[in-house]
Amino acid sequence: MNLDLSSYADLMTALAPELVLTAAGLGVLLLVAWRHRTVADLRAAGAATLAGLGAAAVTTWWLWWNGAHAVGIPAMIAADDFRFVSDWLLLGTAALTVLVSFHYLEREHLLAPEYYVLVLFATLGMMLMAGGEDLIVVFLGLELMSVCVYVLAGINRHSAPAAEAALKYFLLGAFASGFLLYGIALVYGATATTNLTLIGVQIRTLSLQSNAMLLIGLGLLLVGFGFKVAAVPFHMWAPDVYDGSPTPVTGYMATAVKAAAFAALFRVLGEAFGSVPAWQHVVWWLAIATMVGGNLIALAQRTVKRMLAYSSIAHAGYLLVAVATGTSLGAAAFLFYLVAYTLMTLAAFALLAAKGRDGERDVLIDDLAGLAQQRPWLAFALAICMLSLLGFPVTAGFIGKWYILVAATAAHEPALATVLVLTSVVSAGYYLPVIMAMYMKPEPFAQAHVGMQLGRLGGAVVALSVAGLLFFGVRPNRLLDLARTSAAALMPPPAAAPGVAAPGPTIPGH
Amino acid sequence: MLTALIAWPALAALLLLLVPTRWAKHVALAASLAEFAIALPLWWTFVPAGGMQFQLDVPWIPAWGIRYAVGVDGISLFLVLLTTFLVPLSVLGSYSYITTRERGFYALMLLLTAGMLGVFVSLDLFLFYVMWEVMLIPMYFIIGVWGGENRLYAAIKFFVYTFFGSLLMLVAILALVYLTAQRTGVISFSYAYLMTNPGALGPVAFWLFGAFFLAFAIKVPMFPFHTWLPDAHVEAPTAGSVLLAGILLKMGTYGFLRFAVPFFPQVALHPAVQTAIVVLALVGIIYGGLVAMVQPDFKKLIAYSSVAHLGFVMLGIWALTLQSVQGALLVMINHGISTGALFFLAGMLYERRHSRMIAAFGGIARVVPLLAAVLTLVSLSSIGLPATNGFVGEFLILLGAFRTYPVAATIAAGGVIVAAMYLLPALQRVIYNPLDKPENERLPDLTPRELAVLLPLVACIVWIGVYPKPILRRTEPAALQFIQSVRASAAAMTAGR
Repeated sequence: MNLDLSSYADLMTALAPELVLTAAGLGVLLLVAWRHRTVADLRAAGAATLAGLGAAAVTTWWLWWNGAHAVGIPAMIAADDFRFVSDWLLLGTAALTVLVSFHYLEREHLLAPEYYVLVLFATLGMMLMAGGEDLIVVFLGLELMSVCVYVLAGINRHSAPAAEAALKYFLLGAFASGFLLYGIALVYGATATTNLTLIGVQIRTLSLQSNAMLLIGLGLLLVGFGFKVAAVPFHMWAPDVYDGSPTPVTGYMATAVKAAAFAALFRVLGEAFGSVPAWQHVVWWLAIATMVGGNLIALAQRTVKRMLAYSSIAHAGYLLVAVATGTSLGAAAFLFYLVAYTLMTLAAFALLAAKGRDGERDVLIDDLAGLAQQRPWLAFALAICMLSLLGFPVTAGFIGKWYILVAATAAHEPALATVLVLTSVVSAGYYLPVIMAMYMKPEPFAQAHVGMQLGRLGGAVVALSVAGLLFFGVRPNRLLDLARTSAAALMPPPAAAPGVAAPGPTIPGH
Repeated sequence: MLTALIAWPALAALLLLLVPTRWAKHVALAASLAEFAIALPLWWTFVPAGGMQFQLDVPWIPAWGIRYAVGVDGISLFLVLLTTFLVPLSVLGSYSYITTRERGFYALMLLLTAGMLGVFVSLDLFLFYVMWEVMLIPMYFIIGVWGGENRLYAAIKFFVYTFFGSLLMLVAILALVYLTAQRTGVISFSYAYLMTNPGALGPVAFWLFGAFFLAFAIKVPMFPFHTWLPDAHVEAPTAGSVLLAGILLKMGTYGFLRFAVPFFPQVALHPAVQTAIVVLALVGIIYGGLVAMVQPDFKKLIAYSSVAHLGFVMLGIWALTLQSVQGALLVMINHGISTGALFFLAGMLYERRHSRMIAAFGGIARVVPLLAAVLTLVSLSSIGLPATNGFVGEFLILLGAFRTYPVAATIAAGGVIVAAMYLLPALQRVIYNPLDKPENERLPDLTPRELAVLLPLVACIVWIGVYPKPILRRTEPAALQFIQSVRASAAAMTAGR
């Protein structure tokens, strides 16, 4: 399906998923303005949200199935496989978050159905970020997402840490937006356009590769995105914000927000700045700093939630390695890793949400002691998540890490690959204690884990995630193909490495 | 057939979770015996001169040139048989030792079996890496959950050491495959493909060999990477120690034989590298023996003796003569049998006295004559007394190594004397000497179950000691081919340089 985005009808078609999601968001907003007093209202709002997310996902699928792609003059929005796959991921993450939230909101007495509206609009912002073909659209999407997530972080009005987290996130987020906007302005100053494709064309035709204004603008853009993905040294806000927010929101922030920012980063760097090699050096250092910093600080954490917060910083570092390669292989590795990372992180936060009370801030790693005897399935699920986060074979986390390593090796970045594996060894130092506590230490007191309630839907989310992790760990073929084909739209194919793998030599069996 | 070997224990492990706890050990024993029954026909159907056999090669992840490829040759055949032989004995040996969370324990034992066999039969580097890591987790749990007082420390040390080495190996595997692909245009992790297309790697080969070396040397363990071993061995439950010493250590030497040396012969035969590794092997032999001599803890003594024995294996591989390589293969098997038996005996002593200290015993030959007799025989085989298996292997290594490294072989021969110096006094203090402790006056002798564990091992000790020919006949072509291919490609690469 060829879409000429200068025609109004085609533009509406290309924007169909976003339009559906907007309609759903407005609908749920009306619904909760009207009914917001009882637990049943809360559930109704959640169910309506799920329906909206599902409808948007189906619309995205319809576009993808028809092979929609943009032709003609570059427009404000992209229509390619990378956008559709990212959209699915974002919608899926939102749906899983909503499912986990059902039980959580009721348990914490958060009778705030607007929670779901905020999730819907945040997801809309993310989709615009992942699909924005224009810096202005990316920025608008980022703001829409950020404002919603600021509120989500502080949705528990009775919790001081949540308020602190929301305020901190808001102030630093606004700061980061400023960087981003100033960067956009400078890039516009250098190229006279905000359209990503046209920026790329302008840089090539006018030979702006070493134009100071463009480079400063690019640097500011990277700082802005660095804040959003919590890359070291722009990570300072993340642990406190993750720690203070309600746990399902933390999971959402650690996965979807990061995914959207990374998707936008990939698109901006690949389409607009593909011919400017300077950013690769910057991202290279960001990746090293983030992997080393995130992993080392995570070692020192004693509460599960902060440990997971720093671990998500470390994983941003691994994803930055994929960015730093600057190849389509890197973009494919990024998409695959993001799926694995989303599943394992969401499941881990969902399990943590089941364990605690009051924002789960004080759940120590040692508080999980003896969980394996009392709640073997929960312990098993958390153990699989930890092993997957560690990048252990037979889980999707391993295949993802392997893919990033493949991309780094093919792009001749042995240093990045080596640092990645060495920091992975370090990460064993904080993922394994969780497993050790659950399986190898006795219960601190009888009935220590009785209060652990996941809820039926939460249990389904965790079971689905763990099954997905194991399945993609053994049979990643389909997902790999999907990641490869959708990434090809975005970045140049790897220059030096051979492109398509041929099957190995066949040896006759006996 | 090999696939069944990997799949059956994994399946049985899942099955085990469904049966009632009190049946768990019997089901596990039956499953591991069935596994042995699946593996045993390989002994007869294996054709010594047939190269790689029983192969299966199907695509797994075609996008990356990854295949599910398995097969055995003379190098891996006996490791497969040894694994399937030791696992039922370990299960039987754990009957009274493991009293908590039995289902989990036996399920992990079976998973471990699947992983170990997977390592030995993999002919695809990706598959090999996956299996190499997969067997880490069951062992980590076995040490960490059912181990001694200091088990958490030992478990995490074991895990992190191995994980560190293997992740570097992962990067080396990737680099090797991509460097090969750059020349040939084909991305393939297939062992056969990488062997037939040796890359002109240049100086990178040193780095890649270094990564492989680190992964395998930690596993062997070679001095100075051995410090995880005493902790892990001492804290692990009996079955864990037996499999750790009997099989897991062999993965390191197997890795050298299968991957590190054949992939990078020009590095392995580089004089500096050769010297360094032979010296480290000698240090392992002598140092391991000397440290074993002063251990008050019987299990720790056996653990350090492993360092010494594996030093012999490394010497045998690097001497690169037919006798020495065959000797190395034989010592790998012997060490699995003798040290396995020693760990079983240490476990049986521990169950009787709840102490691993040598000083806690003394004069028990009068109380438990049968146990004492078996312990004496096994110790002698571990020292390398003629007519036991230990003698044949070490003698072959020394014989072969003398041709290449006469000085090193002479020093290593001293290691045999050191072995006598640490095991014989320990033996004397445990079973002879005056019976001066009242607790030792009423110890039960070996039960029929314990005899059933030990007798097969004793039979193997005597059989291999007297008539090793059936084994040597099956390993000879593979050893010969290993030497020739390494020498030939090293010569070709030196000439081409």
